[in-house]
Amino acid sequence: MIATGQSPLADPAREHLPRRGRQDFSRPPPAIIVGPAVLVGLAMLLPIAYLVLRSAGATTEAWELLFRLRTLQILGNTTLLVVVVTGTSIVLAVPIAWLTTKSDLPYRRVWSVLTAMPLVVPTYVGAFLFVSVLGPRGVLQQMFEPLGVERLPDIYGLPGAALVLVLLSYPYILLTVRGALRGLDPALEETARTLGHGRLSTLYRVTLPQLRPAVISGALLVALYTLSDFGAVSLMRYPTFTWVIYQQYETAFDRSIAGVLSLALVGMALAIVLLDAYTRGRVRYHRSGSGASRRTEVVPLGRWKWPALAFVGAVVVLALGIPASVLMHWLVRGVLAGEPLLLLWNATVNSLVVSGGAAVVAAACSIPVAVMVVRYPGKLSGAIERMSFTGFALPGIVVALALVFFAVNYARPVYQTAWLLVFAYVVLFLPAALGATRAALLKVSPSLEDAARGLGRGPMQTMASVTTPLIAPGIVMGAALVFLIAMKELPATLILGPLGFRTLATAVWSASSEAFFAQAAAPALLLIVISSLPMAYLVTRDFEASSSGGGDAL
Amino acid sequence: MNTYAVQCAGVTKRYGDVVAVDAVDLTVQVGEMLSIVGPSGSGKTTTLRLIAGFEAVDAGEIALRGSAVSNRKTHVPPERRSVGIVFQEHALFPHRTVGENVAFGLHKLRSDEREMRLRDSLELVRLTHLQDRYPHELSGGEQQRVALARALAPNPAVLLLDEPFSNLDADLRARIRGEVRTILADSGVTVVFVTHDQDDALFMGDRIAIINGGRIEQAGTPEQVFHEPNTRFAAGFMGVADFLPAEYVDGKVDTELGVFSVSGEGSGTCEVMTRPDDIELVRSEDGDARVLSRTFQGISDLYLVELPSGTVVRAQRPHHERFQPGERVAVAAAPHFTPRCFALEDGTLIS
Repeated sequence: MIATGQSPLADPAREHLPRRGRQDFSRPPPAIIVGPAVLVGLAMLLPIAYLVLRSAGATTEAWELLFRLRTLQILGNTTLLVVVVTGTSIVLAVPIAWLTTKSDLPYRRVWSVLTAMPLVVPTYVGAFLFVSVLGPRGVLQQMFEPLGVERLPDIYGLPGAALVLVLLSYPYILLTVRGALRGLDPALEETARTLGHGRLSTLYRVTLPQLRPAVISGALLVALYTLSDFGAVSLMRYPTFTWVIYQQYETAFDRSIAGVLSLALVGMALAIVLLDAYTRGRVRYHRSGSGASRRTEVVPLGRWKWPALAFVGAVVVLALGIPASVLMHWLVRGVLAGEPLLLLWNATVNSLVVSGGAAVVAAACSIPVAVMVVRYPGKLSGAIERMSFTGFALPGIVVALALVFFAVNYARPVYQTAWLLVFAYVVLFLPAALGATRAALLKVSPSLEDAARGLGRGPMQTMASVTTPLIAPGIVMGAALVFLIAMKELPATLILGPLGFRTLATAVWSASSEAFFAQAAAPALLLIVISSLPMAYLVTRDFEASSSGGGDAL
Repeated sequence: MNTYAVQCAGVTKRYGDVVAVDAVDLTVQVGEMLSIVGPSGSGKTTTLRLIAGFEAVDAGEIALRGSAVSNRKTHVPPERRSVGIVFQEHALFPHRTVGENVAFGLHKLRSDEREMRLRDSLELVRLTHLQDRYPHELSGGEQQRVALARALAPNPAVLLLDEPFSNLDADLRARIRGEVRTILADSGVTVVFVTHDQDDALFMGDRIAIINGGRIEQAGTPEQVFHEPNTRFAAGFMGVADFLPAEYVDGKVDTELGVFSVSGEGSGTCEVMTRPDDIELVRSEDGDARVLSRTFQGISDLYLVELPSGTVVRAQRPHHERFQPGERVAVAAAPHFTPRCFALEDGTLIS
């Protein structure tokens, strides 16, 4: 489960923030910064590097398997899912973004919040809720039973997985596009009007082309999210790479098969990132100058008001209304049936401890890397930055498997301990912490530090008395983000958690994979309340700030 | 028949309780350049947006080339008004090349005609060689010229310029201002130019309209608005002005600089405007005025002089007459000085 809560700020390759670093190469970065930064970068690279090395020595059978028909099928399934989910999400998100920012849709602000909310539901929660409603003998079938409906058509497989992933991940595109729409210079549209283009022509020729980079950024997030998703595909029994890798790992004797398949999955993630870079092309999009944002013209919908309202309403009911009411349904049934709450307490504590640990470590690691990247730009810091962002594109299951292999061979003492799990979380979610710390550091003008130096403070004193207090809120924000994302992580937790170690996420998944929906409801609700709601707040804020501030960031 | 390119009659625009534009009357002749100048929040940009059709009027009427485009009943949308606009930030479409930007308003023409107009427009601003570049690959001055070419290409009834020079630094500003003036003069287009900067307004405008609080304070040639301001606001806004308390009675006005004859009847108190070049200084031990400071300006020096009453006026003197701060001087009005008296209450011209 990567990409959760990743803002577009998190990808170094796509960012053109002014680097207000010292371009003074005669002043090399102090060892106290370089050392830790290099260490962090290398540590982040460890899982993937080891996976590659290890796979080179995989058994011949494993390599042969990669080219078997079955593998091609998985590749086809995965590609199909990514394409369907990303495409549908775009089609859903762009009109909603436009309606909730530029039109006179009634109760626009309410819709604006509601349409972003599905982001708070982890896919395994969404999947079990939809299975329990739309499954062949689910709640819906029971409602129709008096009418003689024995079974509903199967939702397992592609339709179910795609439905859940679209409804829960389209907000990524919604948020980036909304930010871009808000940041759009109204003068562009006004100019088009004076040049003889009507509202519709202006929309197609000026507004929509401006949204392209935002759509691409959002689509990248959705595609990577889908590719690495484990919850929805496993509960919907749709064989994509993540689910098959997990099954191989759990059942097959030869674990290198799972390793080889993981490598193929990484290849796909890499392909998506490269495709993203390629689609950006030469055209640059930005508001020339910061110009005062004038209030943008609100477009009257006229007779389209009711269809628009119905469209947005339907999406909200489907993505939010149904899951919420079904969750309540199962919760009540669970409480009535007297589900044991002790297990829940245990799982909650486990979740808090490992996520908290990951948050602290990731925040600490982000500091030297951010200082290096922002204040001492150059080849070395560029390389470190890239290494630190590997988790952005790596599916959780891949990192987890690589760490299992590594620990079994070289680090036995940490194998089957929570430490290894925390390390996996850090690899996966460091980009979130780094994004926040770096953004905070970029806002601190180097001249403040220079002023402190001029007033007789040494570099370390300056760091302690000027820089750190100023970036502390950013570091805390990054830690909070990591904490909240890690709470929801599923596949790495399943694989790396010590025997008998249950978190809220694994509790939801194991109960619902065996169709004990009433048992899954309580941990699911707890998870949403503790992790997702605050995260939705943070992510929304971050997205909109980064997208509307300088359009360049997108 | 004399049709105006732009005609505003009683144009009013309210936002809630705020009257942004208050019964504005303006006319612009074909081929004329009108500068609308005023402080921020004075309603100048709103006036421009009303002419462009981005906003609807609450009262009054706007006509372009003699046909009504805005009044209480009709509102012709911007795309059917034939106005061109250049914004402060240029608003070039970042996803289109220079050529595509300039051709953007030519979509209704036949393709050979479109090619021709595109070529002519680019030649007018001398940017033919940059046709295939993207906006972000251009300098600020080049972007400005592309924006001009794009707005001029469809041959608009009027070209509206909204603070086009205000984000340029001083050196570049003077040069680009000159270039733009030349391009506009060559094209013969009618121009309404909005700015808060009186230098830009004086440089660009054949006529100038000074706007304040949504009302036109004065409209006239640069010479008229500078030397014969009709209101105290106009006097103070265009160039440097000081005001001396004065008494007037029966065609005479009595100031600290002496008694002058003026037109107009009645009697009362008023304020008389002086410009720095209206004030002469004579070194004198028993002069009753005192030099407070001197600002070196190269060819001339600008002095702050305290009059016996405590009123401070500015005086501009050639560099060879040198006075020191603290020195006592006698103050007199220059021979060319013609006093303009403004009522204390509302700043209107008395004589």
